[in-house]
Amino acid sequence: MPEKYILDLRLTGVERLSERYFLLRATRPEAPLPTMLPGQFAQLRVDGSATTFLRRPISIHNVDRQKNEVWFLVQAIGEGTRCLAAKKAGDVLNAVLPLGHGFTMPQSSEERLLLVGGGVGVAPLLFMGSCLRVKGFEPTFLLGFRTAADIIQAGEYRALGRLFVTTEDGSEGEQGFVTQHSLLQQERFTHIAVCGPKPMMMAVARYARQSGTPCEVSLENMMACGLGACLCCVEDTTQGHVCVCTEGPVFNVEQLKWQI
Amino acid sequence: MADLRVNIAGLRLANPVMTASGTFGYGLEFQDFVNLDDIGAVIVKGTTLHPRQGNPYPRMAETAQGMLNCVGLQNRGVDYFCEHIYPRIRQLKTNVIVNVSGNSPEDYAECARRINALDAIPAIELNISCPNVKHGGMAFGTTTQGAASVVRAVREAYRKTLIVKLSPNVTSITDIALAVQDEGADAVSLINTLMGMAIDAERRCRILSIGTGGLSGPCVKPVALRMVWQVAHAVQIPVIGLGGISSATDAVEFLLAGASAVEIGTANFLDPAVSVKVARGIDEYLERHGFRSVTDIIGICE
Repeated sequence: MPEKYILDLRLTGVERLSERYFLLRATRPEAPLPTMLPGQFAQLRVDGSATTFLRRPISIHNVDRQKNEVWFLVQAIGEGTRCLAAKKAGDVLNAVLPLGHGFTMPQSSEERLLLVGGGVGVAPLLFMGSCLRVKGFEPTFLLGFRTAADIIQAGEYRALGRLFVTTEDGSEGEQGFVTQHSLLQQERFTHIAVCGPKPMMMAVARYARQSGTPCEVSLENMMACGLGACLCCVEDTTQGHVCVCTEGPVFNVEQLKWQI
Repeated sequence: MADLRVNIAGLRLANPVMTASGTFGYGLEFQDFVNLDDIGAVIVKGTTLHPRQGNPYPRMAETAQGMLNCVGLQNRGVDYFCEHIYPRIRQLKTNVIVNVSGNSPEDYAECARRINALDAIPAIELNISCPNVKHGGMAFGTTTQGAASVVRAVREAYRKTLIVKLSPNVTSITDIALAVQDEGADAVSLINTLMGMAIDAERRCRILSIGTGGLSGPCVKPVALRMVWQVAHAVQIPVIGLGGISSATDAVEFLLAGASAVEIGTANFLDPAVSVKVARGIDEYLERHGFRSVTDIIGICE
């Protein structure tokens, strides 16, 4: 049985969540979607752009087994992501998936997981939270945004666990960055999973190390193939240069050579 | 179905489609998408005598209809290949060819000697054209003397089919092709990547970690096609054409220009199953135009 597939998915909905964030929901009309794990990603083909050449690696935002849907959260920042966001329900979305290794799922029911996200990096945490919920855990989400208008999918996260928010301008939740949230002073967690801009992930990793909490980060290095063939997306690790697309995108921070 | 078999200096391929080094891993990475035995040959990634870490990140920049890379021959060395990779690919029915690179003629020769001992590897492709390493690589491939010195050393050490991969970053690629032919190369493959640069206007800096990189993808195809035509008209040994091939029509154009086989590179990143589609498409082309064998169209475009 293959693990990875090239699929012509069919978009069931494209919803604009905020100025720059779009939710793409897609189904596989002919068969159930393959098994996907939280933290894994897909390589989405960009159609109809003269300047975009490569696929775009987009993390799996959620999987709805009942509707046979996979969700992608797209931040329209460049030509490629703008083309993806401009798609309509009924369009074909060609995807190579699932790719990479996801987050570690907790073994013991005693574990308390903190899922930290920033910007479009909140995407894989919804799927992670949803899988945790199925296993009986109540995850805690700590999500950082620039401003209240950027906050996306809050209802979805709140339905799965506790949600804490920071905004840089203080327009909602606590003002500042996620690492400044009072939650981190008040509670202890057994495991932290984080996805977002690199400075944010490094700050969370620093907190995790100081508090002795195991921490996994999801990297977003630029990649071409997503299959471990081109060796473009490498991260310097304790094992040397490794491909983020196959050895990651999720790494324990202790594997990385980050100066934290 | 037309006869797709080709013979490259004794190397028998079921069809003329090969996957280019550095774009298809060891083939195993693509097994979920294609039956590797449906590809004429898999050329595995650049292997050197000693392990190499390659260049720092970032190693890639997207361009219009292409991409730049400066990977810098990251690999775990020939001994790792022989001990850990070879046992996993030796049972493949398709031809597995190893791309060999080095810092000196002696390095190339020693690496080739160790691969010569592997029964299931019928050929090597000598990379004298990597633009992303400081020593060796393209430094050998841009002069006739440099190219000749590497091929001479390897030819003594290597008994099976020896393909030499040529750099397009030269004044006359035919002179290099003739020089490696004179030293006993069995075939040439061309083109490797064209040296280029990408700059981030917003951040006002060069994107790639070493500043420059090799350009590949559909944007290089006209350059590659011209060079394949020129070389095919100058040498007596078979020519393998590559550079921007992403469809069967592209592949047919290279065959018409004089290539006896083609390699598919960057297109594997966009469609991991493209290689088998190209092989099937070549067959359809031959049927549609009434050719019995793919060899009937090689080099017929004067």
